[in-house]
Amino acid sequence: MTAPDPQFEADCIRRILAGERQLFHDLIRPCERPIFFLLMSLLRNEAEAEDAAQDTAIKVYLNLKNFRGDSQFRTWVLSIARNEGLGRLRKAGSRREDSLDADTDDQTGDYTPAILTSWREIPSETLEREQLGILLRNAVEALPEIYRNVVLLRDIEEMDVRETAAALGITEGAVKVRLHRARALLQRDLAPQLKGFAPEKRSQGKGLFGWFKSMRLEA
Amino acid sequence: MRIDCKHVWQHISAYIDGEVDAALRVEIDKHLETCEICSAVLDSTHNVIVLIADDRVFRLPAGFSDRLHARIDREFESASPA
Repeated sequence: MTAPDPQFEADCIRRILAGERQLFHDLIRPCERPIFFLLMSLLRNEAEAEDAAQDTAIKVYLNLKNFRGDSQFRTWVLSIARNEGLGRLRKAGSRREDSLDADTDDQTGDYTPAILTSWREIPSETLEREQLGILLRNAVEALPEIYRNVVLLRDIEEMDVRETAAALGITEGAVKVRLHRARALLQRDLAPQLKGFAPEKRSQGKGLFGWFKSMRLEA
Repeated sequence: MRIDCKHVWQHISAYIDGEVDAALRVEIDKHLETCEICSAVLDSTHNVIVLIADDRVFRLPAGFSDRLHARIDREFESASPA
């Protein structure tokens, strides 16, 4: 994902409000992915998430004059998306949204990882195999909602802790705790299955400790 | 301070994000040098994070962007300027 450019955004917003409304297309484009995936995480239905994403974009446009610039533009957009998603859940009479803000972070769940004695890195090229993508998507989709939202924004859309917290309306501490648990659950679920995607063992090269060893040596 | 495997697992996410303090980082690094299990847990966790972040895993539905921008254009036609 491309990093937001606050100067470009501020400039765009000023010009859109002055009448150059076509610029709104450029302003909203970098937010499309996080809007959709946040809504997909909340609504769990592709068609509804797309519809909600369109409504979000229109609401952003209609409320642009209210954007104060005291948060990042994308954060503001995502809080509108989140409200759109929660509003739809409420309207549908779903009780699922009750769990979203539930304070479950004080649970002392035991997140034992999948125990492995060695790990051979699965290179990104392996993603050409459709089966691997399905495995990864299913694992993320199977996460409890409060963890899935955080993983989507932090690890998949690569937003920072502060922005993720603001977009989800939770504390930065909660983001870190949830992210930790989400990653632990993903490792536990995926590591045993992913081993089958490992390339043939090489006689030398990256060893047991993989990239972390080299990173530690550099530090 | 000597740390055990469970202690390392508790901090894996923060370690990956570079958010553990220097003293704890040294202890974790020391532990990783000798513990094959924790090294494998760390490497596999990192590998999972790298893989799910790849744009090929989570894709927008085909035509999503075109439909979104067409809807925005329809809004422009029907509404007064922002």
